[in-house]
Amino acid sequence: MYEKHLMICGATGCISSGSRSVEQALVKELENHGIRDRYRLVMGGCPGFCEVGPILVIYPDEVFYCHLTPKDMVELVEKHLVGGEIVERLLYKGPDVAVPVRFYDSIPFYAKQKFNVLHNSGIIDPESIDEYIMRGGYRAFTRALTIDSLTICEEVKESGLRGRGGAGFSTGQKWEFTNKAPGPKKYVVCNADEGDPGAFMDRSILEGDPHAILEGMLICGRAIGSNEGYIYCRAEYPLAIKRLKIAISQALEYGLLGENILGYGFNFKINIKEGAGAFVCGEETALLASIEGKRGIPRPRPPFPAQSGLFGKPTTINNVETLANIPLIVREGGAAEFAQIGTAGSKGTKVFALAGKIRNTGLCEVPMGITFREIIYDVGGGIKGGREFKAVQAGGPSGGCIPTELLDLPIDYDSLNKAGAIMGSGGLVVMDESTCMVDLARYFLSFTQKESCGKCTPCREGTMRMLEILNRITGGFGNPEDLDTLDSLAHSIKDSSLCGLGQTCPNPVLSTIRYFRHEYEEHIEEKYCRAGVCKALFSYKIDQERCTGCRACVKACPVDAITGEKKEPHEIDQGRCTHCGSCIEKCRQDCILITRVGREADVSN
Amino acid sequence: MSAINLTINELAVEVTPGTTILQAARQLDIDIPTFCYDPELAPNGACRICVVEVENARTLIASCVTPVAPGMVIHTESERVINARKVILSLMVANHPLVCITCEKTGECRLQDYCYRYGVTDSKYSGEVKELSLDDTNTFFVRDMNKCILCGICVGKCQEVVGAGAIDFTRRGFISNVGPAFEDSIEDSTCVFCGLCIDNCPVGALTPKYSLGQGRPWQVKQVRAICPYCGIGCNINLQVKDDQVIGVKPVKESPVNRGHLCVRGKFGWDYLKSSDRLTAPLVKSDGVFVEVSWEEAFGLIVDQIEEVKLRCGDDALFGLCSPKASNEEAYLFQKLIRSLGSNNVDSFTRHCHAPAVNALMEAFGSASMTNSIEELAETGAILVVGANLAESHPVLNYRVREAVRRSGARLIVAHSETIDLVDIAHHYLPLRMGSAVALVNSLANFIIEEGLHDRAFIDKRTEGFEIFRKEVSGYTIKYAAEVTGLAEDELRAAARAYAVAERAAIVSAVDTDRHADSANLVLALANLALLTGNLGREAAGLYLPYGENNLQGIADMGALPGVLTGYQSIKEKNVREKFARAWGVSINVKPGFTVTDIFKHGKKSGIKAMYILGENPVTCSGEHLETAAFLTDLDLLVVQDIYMTETASLADIVLPAAAFAEQEGTYTNTERRVQLSRKAVEPPGEAFPGWAILAELAGWLGFDWNYDGPQDIFAEIASLTHQYAGIDYERLNEQGLQWPCPKGDHPGTKFLHNGRFSRGLGRFSVVDYEPQAADNLSICCSKGHFNCQCLSENLSRHSVINTLRNNNV
Repeated sequence: MYEKHLMICGATGCISSGSRSVEQALVKELENHGIRDRYRLVMGGCPGFCEVGPILVIYPDEVFYCHLTPKDMVELVEKHLVGGEIVERLLYKGPDVAVPVRFYDSIPFYAKQKFNVLHNSGIIDPESIDEYIMRGGYRAFTRALTIDSLTICEEVKESGLRGRGGAGFSTGQKWEFTNKAPGPKKYVVCNADEGDPGAFMDRSILEGDPHAILEGMLICGRAIGSNEGYIYCRAEYPLAIKRLKIAISQALEYGLLGENILGYGFNFKINIKEGAGAFVCGEETALLASIEGKRGIPRPRPPFPAQSGLFGKPTTINNVETLANIPLIVREGGAAEFAQIGTAGSKGTKVFALAGKIRNTGLCEVPMGITFREIIYDVGGGIKGGREFKAVQAGGPSGGCIPTELLDLPIDYDSLNKAGAIMGSGGLVVMDESTCMVDLARYFLSFTQKESCGKCTPCREGTMRMLEILNRITGGFGNPEDLDTLDSLAHSIKDSSLCGLGQTCPNPVLSTIRYFRHEYEEHIEEKYCRAGVCKALFSYKIDQERCTGCRACVKACPVDAITGEKKEPHEIDQGRCTHCGSCIEKCRQDCILITRVGREADVSN
Repeated sequence: MSAINLTINELAVEVTPGTTILQAARQLDIDIPTFCYDPELAPNGACRICVVEVENARTLIASCVTPVAPGMVIHTESERVINARKVILSLMVANHPLVCITCEKTGECRLQDYCYRYGVTDSKYSGEVKELSLDDTNTFFVRDMNKCILCGICVGKCQEVVGAGAIDFTRRGFISNVGPAFEDSIEDSTCVFCGLCIDNCPVGALTPKYSLGQGRPWQVKQVRAICPYCGIGCNINLQVKDDQVIGVKPVKESPVNRGHLCVRGKFGWDYLKSSDRLTAPLVKSDGVFVEVSWEEAFGLIVDQIEEVKLRCGDDALFGLCSPKASNEEAYLFQKLIRSLGSNNVDSFTRHCHAPAVNALMEAFGSASMTNSIEELAETGAILVVGANLAESHPVLNYRVREAVRRSGARLIVAHSETIDLVDIAHHYLPLRMGSAVALVNSLANFIIEEGLHDRAFIDKRTEGFEIFRKEVSGYTIKYAAEVTGLAEDELRAAARAYAVAERAAIVSAVDTDRHADSANLVLALANLALLTGNLGREAAGLYLPYGENNLQGIADMGALPGVLTGYQSIKEKNVREKFARAWGVSINVKPGFTVTDIFKHGKKSGIKAMYILGENPVTCSGEHLETAAFLTDLDLLVVQDIYMTETASLADIVLPAAAFAEQEGTYTNTERRVQLSRKAVEPPGEAFPGWAILAELAGWLGFDWNYDGPQDIFAEIASLTHQYAGIDYERLNEQGLQWPCPKGDHPGTKFLHNGRFSRGLGRFSVVDYEPQAADNLSICCSKGHFNCQCLSENLSRHSVINTLRNNNV
């Protein structure tokens, strides 16, 4: 028996902020004290709060340490583990709490969250099937073995679960179609080709709770009458792939995969296929082609995969998060419980990845129907640096932006669609006044343009032309017809493209035009970028009255464009300035202003 | 399933389930533009120009790939649709060089046509464009990929129809392109230069080199003709301008080739323009040819023939007919020889095809391929034995691929080499060379052992089964495995695949003819087909495609020593009387010499004079030196040809003939389809159509022949030949007719032996496997057909396609 469990976040986010060296330091320190074997040390799943990583949670003490460095381990071991005293210095202390807090339940970031899909993440050892089982794992699957396949489909339908990959189709219905499609051979495919910039929900689930995916696939296999599944996971997720492989071998060893599972005569095999990084392979038909070893390009539907999918056989394709919900739904009474959360049309919880200009970047799981305001201000802790919120991009490159006036919009599939965005897989990129909305649209379009597979004309040629127009506008060469051209081209691409990528990629452009048309007009007509992003469309100017002559900006300027004596107001040489923004970051007086090219300052940063 | 009702542009239509919106619209004569759609290719849906508005659908719908649903309300030219099409066209135009002024495709470019239709003049989306260099590195065609709109038709044709897989999409997104793997040159790829990509490109990205600068589509006259190479008889449209052939395009409407060709048909016609063509009659004087008038030439021939006849008798004259001669030429040729008093008329087809022909006669009573080319695509299983169709009969190879691709046929390939079909074969049997008879016998034996044979068919339609069953029982799978080198399980699986198919076909080809025991192999294959009842039925049968374009026809025309037209035996008195009456001459009762006899016995055969019609025995007979010596020694050698061949150079008199494009005539392909080939251009110089030369010469020899043209000759053939009786030029206009066609209202015969074999009952034959000597095999089997083509080589070596041959050798 161990005295304590020490859960270090071993997900990709915390690993990149240094959790591996924290772990090594911890081990070393424990060994120094000769107490290594008293503790169970786990590189666990993601607790979501990436902003404050690396994170260490100590059970059963229920203490949440954050912002850790290897050096902290000396004190932590000595004080907490040896001395039994909490190291207050390493507890969470944000502007949203009065005093340092000790555990999840009192951190505001977690207050409005509801853990369904992530209920094991960060709690169990993702490489231990026993811990998964201890937390109720594989119970839903064993139940599924004893009930009729159509009953399972029916329960999933009753739960109201809709696909978490983006389009939001009823999962139960999808299963039922595949169940009823004729043929002895069927496939379950898990789409783990998460590719939206800034989105890492699926990765965290795969890394933190891989057995949940296997269980979801097993239940799906049982429901549709399939004995083989594929997980299509992008190769850029090596840790997820490693943990899946471990999970598969454990499940095989426990007889939860393979032949005649638990003596019920049900066979199931799971293969992992690593994707080579094409965004379009997240589109289901392109994904299937890629598994088949063909060029990863979409094909027309119908036939839908439920009729003719992988290798021409009926196939159900579900996203990671969708499958992770399944074990919760198929357990006894699970469907009804699931359906109690959420709105009329969107049930359950949704995991979002918070990124951009938000204070609490990270992962959160919230009930459907929560408002953007709650996510951004209560969970996310508001905007970084006290700036003004401008918009939030929901649904990545396929989604749209939600402006301030829609902050109270409840998040569900239908209201998001109405607002011109999509649920997508759950990426939320928050923007403040320093974000140029034209540049944002240009950024997402340059992403989709690069990722266009080239098969259909509107997407291949059209995204290029849209990008060229946006480059023109942000470069200061926009002309008044550009907005109409963009708008009509965007609508035609949406209306006539072959696959979801083409049909949704104009969304960021359309929604920014819809909500921030004035910014486009300013770029085109006044050749002015108020956010100070489009370099050709603004000048920096130093407010002579506020400048204290601290020389911070002079030192920061890489091209020596700023001059001025100490304690005298400085000046910027417009001919030299490259608009890199280094000065504005260093200025302590907020006296560097963004102005129209060749005009007086009128807006401060 | 019940029909589906829907509305398109306010018109109601009822269609079968599975019909696409595009097909339904076409039923109503509603024209929806398409680029990437091709009915024989897998659904693609890439170009998006065919989008239509379906009420209540979220987006516009690609009509070419979307099946109809009950109650759909569709608009094909609504404002929304037109707007989307304009945008798509504008986007294409923005990345397409607008060099229409000089583009070869102008006038038949679909991008041009649709821009015209929708008023897209130029593009408002100007920006970055593709800048790829022109690729003219291969011998046959030029690729300007800047013009490519990436519809993917060429890729589909190359991969799905042809199976060459030479090209695919390269790169991705905006810089997508089409080309060979690693963007190598076409010549270094697996390209077979069939030209299907060129013929189906909707824009001007691919152009044959021979067409460059030769004329615009509207200046070109299309003349429908028949390809002069193999026995498939592909229909082609000769592109004619200023009395010159400037190109060839396949005929889409022909059931024979349905818009397909191979390199021979697409690129092999340029021999017409060869500077080697004969342009005047030549007479050898002191060992040197001098040009003479036709009168002089005819006068000399008449004098010398009469001299030989007088001195040595009627039997001293021999006529050798080319299987490339038209029916009319072959008919007149044998009529001339027979009118001169002997039956000494034959062709070299004996060398390569006679064993197979005899075997088929023995088993079924008819030497022809039993079923039609188009049926092959619908069969349930195909056994390919000893045939490399990709080389010998590419268009038939496309049908085999189609059967696998579209009809789900099981494919069994038995070949000693890894031929192209192996890629898609369900059962590949790489047997030891020369062991095919053992293989086929063992399959038959296994089928009997397993009880998979068709007892009812055997009882009712065949004879000799019991003896066959007894004799073939020694061919156990174990024995066959030893002899062929194949695994026993593979043999069993292959046998089952063939036997259990509802309809199964066997394909063997010219390679078979080169097996030393080819007659035995054909008999063994016939046994297999009889055993499983795969004869006298649609989409079943035994396919032995002929290697020359009119091999079937010249045999039908009686260019054989023992039979008159339609295989009417010279031995039958009433036959002789019928022809004597019609021709006004008496018919010799004695069958003529075969060509094999003549060249075997040489001088001893007693032949003193020879008339060779378009044949080149010096290169084809196998014994070059002996043949040349024999021909040189003749008292008279007349050669009628289009080139100065090795044989013609030995002649006393050489007559310049017109090539196929320079005369009208019919040819009968390997599926017995009589097809009309039209005259496109004038023959060069003094050259004349073969039939006219023969008719003129007959006049000089004192026969009263009166033909205004080939049509008259054909009418005479029909009047004397049961199988051709219902056929005339009028009826041949569209798709030709397959004999037997005994009456003017008879639709022709798609497959033979329906209800009854030509010989009454189908006959099982006992054939034994005889191990072949190794040296014999290596000579007979090791070369593909393209490199061994005998007569066709006479044409191809005067063509640009000869470069392929040189490369391959």
